[in-house]
Amino acid sequence: MRRFTLIAVPYLWLLALFLVPFVIVLKISLSDVAVARPPYAPHFDWATGIWAFLSELDFENFTWLTEDDLYWKAYLSSLKIAFVSTVLTLLVGYPMAYAMARAPQEWRATLMMLVILPFWTSFLIRVYAWMGILSNEGFLNQFLMWTGMISEPLTILNTNAAVYIGIVYTYLPFMILPIYAALERLDESLIEAAEDLGCSRFTAFWLVTIPLSKTGIVAGSFLVFIPVLGEFVIPSLLGGSDTLMIGKVLWEEFFSNRDWPVASAVAVVLLLILIIPIVLFQRNQQKQQEAEQ
Amino acid sequence: MRRMSWFNTVSLTLGFAFLYVPMLILVIYSFNESKLVTVWAGFSTKWYGELIQNEAFLNAAWVTIKVAVISSTIATVLGTMAAYVLVRGGRFMGRTLFSGMIYAPLVMPEVITGLSLLLLFIGLGLDRGVMTIVLAHTTFSMCYVSVVVSSRLVTFDRSLEEAALDLGCSPSEAFRLVTLPIIAPAVISGWLLAFTLSLDDLVIASFTSGPAATTLPIKIYSAVRLGVSPEINALSTIMIAIVTVGVITASLVNKRQMVRQKRDEQAAERS
Repeated sequence: MRRFTLIAVPYLWLLALFLVPFVIVLKISLSDVAVARPPYAPHFDWATGIWAFLSELDFENFTWLTEDDLYWKAYLSSLKIAFVSTVLTLLVGYPMAYAMARAPQEWRATLMMLVILPFWTSFLIRVYAWMGILSNEGFLNQFLMWTGMISEPLTILNTNAAVYIGIVYTYLPFMILPIYAALERLDESLIEAAEDLGCSRFTAFWLVTIPLSKTGIVAGSFLVFIPVLGEFVIPSLLGGSDTLMIGKVLWEEFFSNRDWPVASAVAVVLLLILIIPIVLFQRNQQKQQEAEQ
Repeated sequence: MRRMSWFNTVSLTLGFAFLYVPMLILVIYSFNESKLVTVWAGFSTKWYGELIQNEAFLNAAWVTIKVAVISSTIATVLGTMAAYVLVRGGRFMGRTLFSGMIYAPLVMPEVITGLSLLLLFIGLGLDRGVMTIVLAHTTFSMCYVSVVVSSRLVTFDRSLEEAALDLGCSPSEAFRLVTLPIIAPAVISGWLLAFTLSLDDLVIASFTSGPAATTLPIKIYSAVRLGVSPEINALSTIMIAIVTVGVITASLVNKRQMVRQKRDEQAAERS
């Protein structure tokens, strides 16, 4: 009996507040827009039963997503931005994780804390901090003009470049931590062995260190890629009107256009796209757990 | 130990500069006299003064703290239960679905979670306000809590619990007297994580809040969309200061506990 309660309480909570809402999203994505409150006309009605629902079922909202090129462009552009920013985060994060793992033992806890600290600080504030730096009369432009590198201020804020900077900045800890965990476990004598056997330092790094930290690299990349795909705050504050990201499109569809069925269809398609990286990520985590045992 | 190469030193220096300079600039300019955030006009704390008098911000801060305390507490209880079920529960019907529902919210885009919860609340006819935000925050943060707690439960020596049961404890006594004290650090960090996630959340709160309840992130977001303002800098500085003090204190306490634990273990081995 006690065991039953222990299982039932969190189970029912998640069913009611996680699974059921998704079913509702799915249902609304299949209904029509209506000028009403709530603004959609449901197709599914318990009274007429499931067959009536199935016979009337249409994928109008989904075909709409393929007809208006705003949507597929937004999906493609989100994928591109997520991919490029994952690579950029890896390029910034790997050397840091590597240096942390090679740092003297007594520094490591402090370095680790310095990486984690920004993660606890408000996401919104960290994005906001860049608004003052990247604007036309912002800190970066003032600095570059002072050094004489440029004479006219660069337009960075409200472009994709600002979005990339914002993503790399806010997601950097997610990349560093798994790579650091992998590198810290790495047995240094393997690298010494490779060097003794005639590898140059770079070849040893490329042939020994990188493959042995692969699980960390893969985990970190997915931890950046997956949330960035649906990111809303960064493109909305740092991006411009031409920065297309699906999270922003969903938000606007819902709050500005009040087109709930289309917003729900956008969400369903985004989920379908996300399933692939999520499954790959799960596999990587499982492989890593098996390797540890 | 090999000395740090210049390459490693440079990448650490540049990396940490990248992480910390933006926040440092933010903090410095919160003490700026001028309304223009990018022009330095002398030291002043006047923006902090204006902040204290801004009732809209204070109200939003109060709502945010209330939501965070309630939701993280419920999430800690539910998350610890879920972790216990996952690690110790054995087989039961729908276990795969259960663990799927624990892990899925961690990778779910916030816009989707927010949208789906809002549609649920509207379907149920619930008035949107503090309660709906609490329900939403509890749901996603209990998953984080259960991940943190289950990682501790996995490494926990089960024979201790069995010994307590053999010595006549009831299962709930064994949990309260043996298991809970041992997993307590994980439960506390789970609560802290849930608390910060709730404080920080903009997207899900925007979907699930009504006109009656505005949280601080929603307020900050709508102010920030219009551009940079020194008042927001002051507010950010206060929040950064609180987090910094909190994280450093937590890690010092943690470190002391580990030292003590090590000493106890060594003493136990010697005797």
